[in-house]
Amino acid sequence: METAPKPGRDVPPKKNRLQAKKKKPRRYWEEETTLTAAGASPGPPGNKKRNRELRPQRPKNANIAKKSRISRKRQLPKKPRERRNLEPQRSVSGAQDPFPGPAPVPVEVARKFRRIDKSKKLPHSKSKTRSRLEVAEAEEEEISIKAARSELLLAEEPGFLEGEDGEDTAKIRQADIVEAVDIASAAKHFDLNLRQFGPYRLNYSPTGRHLAFGGRRGHVATLDWVTKRLMCEINVMEAVRDIRFLHSEALLAVAQNRWLHIYDNQGIELHCIRRCDRVTRLEFLPFHFLLATASETGFLTYLDVSVGKIMAALNARAGRLDVMTKNPYNAVIHLGHSNGTVSLWSPAMKEPLAKILCHRGGVRAVAVDSTGTYMATSGLDHQLKIFDLRGTFQPLGARTLPQGAGHLAFSQRGLLAAGMGDVVNIWAGQGKASPPSLEQPYLTHRLSGHVHGLHFCPFEDVLGVGHNGGITSMLVPGAAEPNFDGLESNPYRSQKQRQEWEVKALLEKVPAELICLDPRALAEVDVISLEQEKKERIERLGYDPEAKAPFQPKPKQKGRSSTASLVKRKRKVMDEEHRDKVRQSLEQQPQKQEKKAKPLRARPSALDRFVR
Amino acid sequence: MKVKMLSRNPDNYVRETKLDLQRVPRNYDPTLHPFEVPREYVRALNATKLERVFAKPFLGSLDGHRDGVNCLAKHPKSLATVLSGACDGEVRIWNLTKRKCIRTIQAHEGFVRGICTRFCGTSFFTVGDDKTVKQWKMDGPGYGEEEEPLHTILGKTVYTGIDHHWKEAVFATCGQQVDIWDEQRTSPVCSMTWGFDSISSVKFNPIETFLLGSCASDRNIVLYDMRQATPLKKVILDMRTNTICWNPMEAFIFTAANEDYNLYTFDMRALDTPVMVHMDHVSAVLDVDYSPTGKEFVSASFDKSVRIFPVDKSRSREVYHTKRMQHVICVKWTSDSKYIMCGSDEMNIRLWKANASEKLGVLTSREKAAKDYNQKLKEKFQHHPHIKGIACHCHLPKSIYSQIQEQRIMKEARRRKEVNRLKHSKPGSVSVVSEKKKHIVAVVK
Repeated sequence: METAPKPGRDVPPKKNRLQAKKKKPRRYWEEETTLTAAGASPGPPGNKKRNRELRPQRPKNANIAKKSRISRKRQLPKKPRERRNLEPQRSVSGAQDPFPGPAPVPVEVARKFRRIDKSKKLPHSKSKTRSRLEVAEAEEEEISIKAARSELLLAEEPGFLEGEDGEDTAKIRQADIVEAVDIASAAKHFDLNLRQFGPYRLNYSPTGRHLAFGGRRGHVATLDWVTKRLMCEINVMEAVRDIRFLHSEALLAVAQNRWLHIYDNQGIELHCIRRCDRVTRLEFLPFHFLLATASETGFLTYLDVSVGKIMAALNARAGRLDVMTKNPYNAVIHLGHSNGTVSLWSPAMKEPLAKILCHRGGVRAVAVDSTGTYMATSGLDHQLKIFDLRGTFQPLGARTLPQGAGHLAFSQRGLLAAGMGDVVNIWAGQGKASPPSLEQPYLTHRLSGHVHGLHFCPFEDVLGVGHNGGITSMLVPGAAEPNFDGLESNPYRSQKQRQEWEVKALLEKVPAELICLDPRALAEVDVISLEQEKKERIERLGYDPEAKAPFQPKPKQKGRSSTASLVKRKRKVMDEEHRDKVRQSLEQQPQKQEKKAKPLRARPSALDRFVR
Repeated sequence: MKVKMLSRNPDNYVRETKLDLQRVPRNYDPTLHPFEVPREYVRALNATKLERVFAKPFLGSLDGHRDGVNCLAKHPKSLATVLSGACDGEVRIWNLTKRKCIRTIQAHEGFVRGICTRFCGTSFFTVGDDKTVKQWKMDGPGYGEEEEPLHTILGKTVYTGIDHHWKEAVFATCGQQVDIWDEQRTSPVCSMTWGFDSISSVKFNPIETFLLGSCASDRNIVLYDMRQATPLKKVILDMRTNTICWNPMEAFIFTAANEDYNLYTFDMRALDTPVMVHMDHVSAVLDVDYSPTGKEFVSASFDKSVRIFPVDKSRSREVYHTKRMQHVICVKWTSDSKYIMCGSDEMNIRLWKANASEKLGVLTSREKAAKDYNQKLKEKFQHHPHIKGIACHCHLPKSIYSQIQEQRIMKEARRRKEVNRLKHSKPGSVSVVSEKKKHIVAVVK
């Protein structure tokens, strides 16, 4: 962490002496004090205490000191500039600012907000473009520092759970936590006993205020779970496979036995979408207004809920689809298949963007964390694996579970919950951006029935678990992001604010074609088409308009421009260019050799990914 | 066991009374704002579309002249006042806020060839076909007084243009030669010629106030220094230049409106290559005027349109036309850089917004912030093909549209011929001449 130097360290010691030596102006009302001051002045330097006693004179004193400092500076022009800035500033009242200069910014926090990769060199371009790029980069830097500084203003701290020395946090029961926390938090732990309508799937609204759950035997209900106010409760008289809130709590998509239905918050059926039939899993992409459905027939269908049109229906060609999750970072849909692969889909492509072989048996559950960095999968081989999604899709960690996990969920701060039979295990990582370590669970909880659905509540330390016996709301300290952004998803928003947000969100609906693995790719230079354009232009014109003109020596003074000297100068430039070329090729050669050597040593094979 | 749960006090997040503003806590963490780039792109796209939707530049027309408007002049001190001279010798002074004519003078017999205001704004000068230079008071005559010029100078030849010095009581006229006049005298202080053709316009440099530029019908642009008795240098172009205009922010830059449909921006220190060739008009360019910021200029053309060019771009950013506007003869950019005036053949002066989609009137701070934000977004994504297509789209009248197509075909044929010639001749014998150098014939010092 960079910190500002302590104040007072930079104050030159001579200052006090100067201050003391200066004669104070005599005032008629302070005869005695002036006497004492006069007595002090010839005394030893640095007699600060006495000076401080003379209250009415202090401001004047400070002024003099300031003046003398300025004059000193003029005499010493070599003093570094930053130093002057860090000197404690004195206000009119004479008080010193104990923390001069701007607030310090931790480097790591600033890095979080950085958008430009500074390690990459700027492309070789014209000076005008280059200067513009440099200005943009400087602005970017400044913005990231400002954003990092604004972290100081965040009001809430994340929750935590720590055992006393050596105590295992996994041993701590929910009842203990409920007992230890405040009433408001304790009220967030509750059980709904709904044994009649079978295993439940559940979903929290994007703001985390509302909870919707649907039972296998047709029971669908939504409630404001914070106040426990029931909004609607219906029985659809059909098996409910999955349930999902759309962009706000007012709309609810329910995958029923036959078709996909959409209800509003009073339980009125608004739409029955027959083009999505036998849907098993639902995912909603809030920024694209797309509802992704995976069906028994093997189709992945994207429904645009703002216009009610099917944007894409992709055949995954892998049989029945019942494992699906979204990547919240780039809106790519991850499908788990029975042959152990996970495929990544975007509506713009007919083929998967990538296929990852994760397990030896079928994939049972997939989850992706909120930064889009890690993917957790569990398979029929009883393994729980964590993959890095950033580049090569390599496994970072794996663990064999006695039962294997049937359901997985990531929280906003990167906690991983797994439902295994009637037990829920939660693993935590070191920090927010690190993968959960699978060594030791952070929390465990046993439920009254088999787990059927898991969902972390956004912006609350709560994990909702749907199971055979109903719904359980578990307390998981440190699961959620403590500080929400009021303009994105505000749990405390009023109706008016919600309406305004809805209009804005619809206006900036991202087109489905823009979904790809790297969402920032849109802001990068399209080098391929640029080069293609250049090539076409050269072909059209018949010459390269940007080609460097051959060197032409300038005519010099009279007598120095003989033909021989012109040729000589020309030769000189040509030789220099030639030498540059040779130098460059020599530099490139060892790199090429290295590249060549590698494949000889170890040929890549399809089995490489299994090498530990 | 140490435990802390996230527990928010709702009082910190909802407003206390209904009269309060809603509380909006912010957190700029990038993970809470996913899809930053695609969302910004969509916003930029929306902003660009809205810009096109709201592009309604025409504000109004000032009618009253009984013949084509030949020249326009701005008042140096008052934004609302504008002067215009017509082909029947009439000069009118207009009030732009009321959009009314406030004074009419029958100044000359025949055309009013040029009009210019004195830098202090108390009087103005006109030249006409009747071989006279007249100085007029800006204020109207008092009760019972006759409308009379302050001074009248009778010349030997017809004057075709006039411009006033920006700081001193000196003005310049052009005709057969460029004359520099002292306001107090009836004969020119100095007259300069270079060649024998008639000179169509003369302009003082607003920064280096001793410099003048003029353009003559023998296709050249001549630069003068008032302190010398002889001209500085001249550049000869392919075709005749109609007017020039100096950049008000960069002393050495000027733009010439040419008969060959192009405008040329020159650096007066290196006249052999223009800094930029501006091509978009499909007929002769008749007048040009810089915006006071020096970043853009407006040109009037015989093709019945007005175009706005950025100084550093070869293509125009905007084209203004109406069904009724005929050949545009003169154009001026107002001193607050917000409006454009153009005088045309069919006796009207038209008032346009310089920025077609700008909202006039006072903006609230939120409106201003939104405008700035949208502007920045448009700038950021301006090269994306979809956005570029929308931003560059403009509706053109059929005559201009078909002429553009025709000229494109002609240009393509010429280029093809050149490429063929290059391909089938001995390497090095045929050289490629760039578009910039093509139109310059010679530079003479």
